[in-house]
Amino acid sequence: MPRFHARVLVSLRPSVLDPAGEATRAASNRLGVSGVSRLRIGKAVELEIEAPDADTARARVELLSDRLLANPVIENWELELSEIATGTAGLSA
Amino acid sequence: MTIGVVVFPGSNCDRDVGWAAEGCLGIPTRFLWHEERDLAGLEAVVLPGGFSYGDYLRCGAIARFAPVLEEVVAFAARGGPVLGICNGFQILTELGLLPGALTRNSRLHFVCEPTALTVRPGECRWLSGYDEAEVIQLPIAHGEGRYQCDPASLEAMEQAGQVVLRYEANPNGSVGDVAGLCNSTGNVLGLMPHPERACDPRTGGLDGQRLFASLLG
Repeated sequence: MPRFHARVLVSLRPSVLDPAGEATRAASNRLGVSGVSRLRIGKAVELEIEAPDADTARARVELLSDRLLANPVIENWELELSEIATGTAGLSA
Repeated sequence: MTIGVVVFPGSNCDRDVGWAAEGCLGIPTRFLWHEERDLAGLEAVVLPGGFSYGDYLRCGAIARFAPVLEEVVAFAARGGPVLGICNGFQILTELGLLPGALTRNSRLHFVCEPTALTVRPGECRWLSGYDEAEVIQLPIAHGEGRYQCDPASLEAMEQAGQVVLRYEANPNGSVGDVAGLCNSTGNVLGLMPHPERACDPRTGGLDGQRLFASLLG
């Protein structure tokens, strides 16, 4: 069964205030790094999934992203999917 | 009349609810472990505050899949009274029993203080003991209580009288000063403030008593 590596990037919707991002942006100025005008904090979820083909794997991870990994009321998500070449250990290495 | 109080790994207000209902008001309570499915004999269910499953991923996101909640959803659909306090409110939104979501307070602080709330009981059965536009005091204690929903949903809920509790002085940046919401059928209430902490005269304030006592009326 082919294995796929997925990375789901979850971010707050642009309309939702990100106070943690704002606090981190303020800290970047205190570090002396100037010019940071916008900073938003999200999550990156990495997973491996076995599926008969890429379309099936994508559909499963899309369902997972929409129903569990992100809350569509306040968050958006993006999915990057790639097949893991046979014989490599992937994430578990 | 027995109230079920759901206990998730990480719940920390379950015993407070038990004390408020049974200890202060004499309403028998039964604790429901998150893996239980038997709600027989219960006339109301409370999802208490705390940090269910560590609040990993998002507050309430993992709890939503607890076996007991499948039964609670069915119980609510039959018109059974369900109350979600703090983390319980977050779980009700993740479950879809109430719209919107709760996220990090606008000023990032965990806020823990008595808070003035305006009550608009409408058809909410949990609030039948309060007067229209009455102002009550309940404690809040949360870091992620900023209620969010799109403006159209908020407007619809306001028109339908579902915004039943509002902050007098918004402590967390919630849209519409929302502190508590009721579903359209009046049996499911979610609120960030802690009514169970305002039931015993020794801990200050009794404004939470009528909420639990409404089950007796």
